Amino acid sequence: MPEPRTQPSVLLGARVLLPRPALQDLIDALAACGFEVIGPRARDGAIVYDRLRRIEELPAGWTDRQDGGTYGLERRSDAALFGYAVGPHSWKQFLHPPQERLWRARRREDGFAIEPEPAPPSRLAFIGVRACELHAIAIQDRVFMGGAHKDTGYEARRRGAFVVAVNCGTAGGTCFCASMETGPRAEAGFDLALTELIGGTRHDFLMEAGSEAGAALLAGLPTRPAGAADIAAAEAVVARTAASMGRTMDTVGLKSLLQDHPEHPRWDEVASRCLACANCTMVCPTCFCTTVTDHTDLAGQEAERVRHWDSCFTADFSYIHGGSVRSSTKSRYRQWMTHKLAHWIDQFGTSGCVGCGRCITWCPVGIDITAEAAAIRADPAAHGTKRGTSHGNP
Amino acid sequence: METLERLLLGHPFFTDLDPAIGRILVGCARNLRFAPGEFLFRENEPANEFFLVREGNVALELHVPGRPPLVIGTLGAGEIVGASWLVPPYRWNFDARAVAATRAFGIDAACLRDKCEADHHLGYEMMKRLLPVMVGRMQAARQQLLDVYGHPGT
Amino acid sequence: MNASVAPDPMLPQPWRVQAVRRETADVVSLDLVPLAGAPMPFKPGQFNMLYAFGIGEVPVSLSGDPADASRFVHTVRAVGAVSGAIAAATPGTVLGLRGPFGSAWPVAAAAGHDILIIAGGLGLAPLRPAIYHVLANSERFGRIAVLYGSRGPAELLFHDELARWRGRLDMEVEITVDHADPSWHGRVGVVPGLIDKVAFDPKNTVALVCGPEVMIRFTVAGLRAAGVADDHVHVSMERNMKCAVGLCGHCQFGPDFVCKDGAVLAYDRIAARLAAREI
Ligand SMILES: Cc1cc2nc3c(=O)[nH]c(=O)nc-3n(C[C@H](O)[C@H](O)[C@H](O)COP(=O)(O)OP(=O)(O)OC[C@H]3O[C@@H](n4cnc5c(N)ncnc54)[C@H](O)[C@@H]3O)c2cc1C
Ligand code: SF4
Ligand code: SF4
Ligand code: FES
Repeated sequence: MPEPRTQPSVLLGARVLLPRPALQDLIDALAACGFEVIGPRARDGAIVYDRLRRIEELPAGWTDRQDGGTYGLERRSDAALFGYAVGPHSWKQFLHPPQERLWRARRREDGFAIEPEPAPPSRLAFIGVRACELHAIAIQDRVFMGGAHKDTGYEARRRGAFVVAVNCGTAGGTCFCASMETGPRAEAGFDLALTELIGGTRHDFLMEAGSEAGAALLAGLPTRPAGAADIAAAEAVVARTAASMGRTMDTVGLKSLLQDHPEHPRWDEVASRCLACANCTMVCPTCFCTTVTDHTDLAGQEAERVRHWDSCFTADFSYIHGGSVRSSTKSRYRQWMTHKLAHWIDQFGTSGCVGCGRCITWCPVGIDITAEAAAIRADPAAHGTKRGTSHGNP
Repeated sequence: METLERLLLGHPFFTDLDPAIGRILVGCARNLRFAPGEFLFRENEPANEFFLVREGNVALELHVPGRPPLVIGTLGAGEIVGASWLVPPYRWNFDARAVAATRAFGIDAACLRDKCEADHHLGYEMMKRLLPVMVGRMQAARQQLLDVYGHPGT
Repeated sequence: MNASVAPDPMLPQPWRVQAVRRETADVVSLDLVPLAGAPMPFKPGQFNMLYAFGIGEVPVSLSGDPADASRFVHTVRAVGAVSGAIAAATPGTVLGLRGPFGSAWPVAAAAGHDILIIAGGLGLAPLRPAIYHVLANSERFGRIAVLYGSRGPAELLFHDELARWRGRLDMEVEITVDHADPSWHGRVGVVPGLIDKVAFDPKNTVALVCGPEVMIRFTVAGLRAAGVADDHVHVSMERNMKCAVGLCGHCQFGPDFVCKDGAVLAYDRIAARLAAREI
């Protein structure tokens, strides 16, 4: 992280204005500190996260239209740089890469020696991290760094990362962070947070530092003090977003609702639609599951182990010799949703869902986690297996 | 007769039995010994007597052509050998062979069936004692069928 | 030096196979020593991840004496590529090892109680360290009984030890097999049928159960019928495992990670899940 210098604490928590062009200074300052800067880009009809060098590369004037199973980019009437919700990517792919070599082994006279994978070379700076994504990162922090055994690769990447959050100015059609209490305002877990203020001739960012490192960086940027009106305008942006969530989730008693009804008929019903394609687990910013594959060179002298993202929707996931524990789609969907919304709370003290809506948008058949939860809530006592029907007189 | 009655009613199968019923039952019972290797009964013979083992060990065997007989269960002290006497056509489905020196009470099946028919109270007592044993055997047989220690997939 | 202290829990350490003992046609026991350092202490019920060079890594329970600090013993059945490669090891073969991982049989908490150790098939291997511990401290326990079942006489593990244990006066050992030919003079029948063959006070008994999941379910039903409380019954679960340290998600069994919350779990905690399908 940038070294804090010139009395940075003055700026910690304070609000200042950064004019749109000065966002380039922010990117440059991060690059000068040795960060690889990553931010949103419009590519192949979607907002994705990739290497960012120039603010011209940001998806200016684009927004997205999202619903169950549908996603499309559309033009906005303004040139907002962050005027869309989340796309198929999440920061998970940088902190917890889809594929990662864990180690290499080489045969030696006395057996073999294991060589650990070198630490990641560059530090990452993320620009445009949404409130739900901050929560998703915090959740993965608990998964990978909160237990007795830590994921050393994740920890190294995470500790080195610099996070620039964005308070959402637009809720997506599948967003429900307000219900999950994970957004749309970035409350914690960032170095800097910005709110885009756009309208008329104005195009500024209201900036807030969430760490000494963020404050230090901000101190070097061409900011000007923010007035009460600017702060009120930023509040209004977040309030408007909170009021326009595409979905809602009732979380009251949700944990036991799911854990106590593993044979609810809704699991069969959703299984009849679910393709077990695993899209939801791939796009989900908190899903953490992985598998490993072992390889050798042809001579059998060198071996390596590579870790890949895995999904509880695959048959191999629960394989123990002879067959899969979860062979039906019903049991896999139930595992996914019950893990997200219920078991996660036992395991990590938090829900595993941040209400980002990605699983709804990117489900090819539009299965909606909020609708599935609501259906079980509507009639929790429904019988999973038919228990007979009384006909009165025979 | 007095000692037979006392011994018989001391068998776990008759725990807490009404002594009045015991006195009726004893008329159907006799005391038996089997040397190791001796058969208590063989498949397809009429099932006209069943056994309450007092000591020893009895193997239930099924013979399969071209293979050694398969032992499908063993029964020891306190257990009952034989169920086919309960249901027509009253013929044994297995062989029962003593694998150790075995002492048992033999109960005359026709005698007991008649007494149950005549005295439903006695019949119900017998049912309450026999049914749990039979259900337990059925469940055990199902577990053996599962071949839980086998290699699934091979 | 402690051979297990690796900064990265995913990094195996090389261990050499010192001795191989054939237990049955497809099961061997391996004695393992680290190339560097000494074996670390383990608790009965814990397991290691064993890695066959270039082929893969699988969870295998420790089956040796926890009081023997000179080596790790593992008892492996060849069922597939990785376990097959491990079971084919010969003295001198080097395997990768991570561990020990997982929870333990509650042998300390069981002190003062009668103890029933109930194993089916290969399940005797993860229980053997508990048996060693209990026998080494038999004065701390009430009655001690080992109930063991396998498919047939040829599949019984640890013959010599079973014979030695049967000869002891401070424990009862009952063995049964699912099927046998008449040359077998022991019992034929299922493991739950052994429960009423040994003496114990159900109100003051701790039972440790390991075996195939179906065998566990029937055995626990038998223990319940005998009057043993659910929270005095402990079982060892098996689930797919890729990491053994709570990071890969594979071993989830409801809210529990079998690798770190188990493999030994109190039965009352998992009773509902164990009865349900496909959890
Ligand atoms: C806590 C625990 C303790 C165990 N202790 C022993 C032991 O002491 N001795 C022993 O012989 N076996 C033990 N097993 C089972 C052993 O791990 C499997 O037999 C082994 O994983 C099979 O791998 P494979 O590649 O040879 O077979 P395959 O059937 O080809 O398996 C393919 C892959 O699936 C996974 N897998 C398959 N079966 C299992 C399984 N039962 N458990 C977990 N993952 C599995 C593994 O990743 C394996 O590499 C234990 C399993 C667990 C979970
Ligand atoms: S479960 Fe769906 S809505 Fe919840 S965090 Fe994952 S992708 Fe987002
Ligand atoms: S929902 Fe499935 S893939 Fe996602 S973390 Fe849970 S078990 Fe893993
Ligand atoms: S084996 Fe990876 S989480 Fe348990």
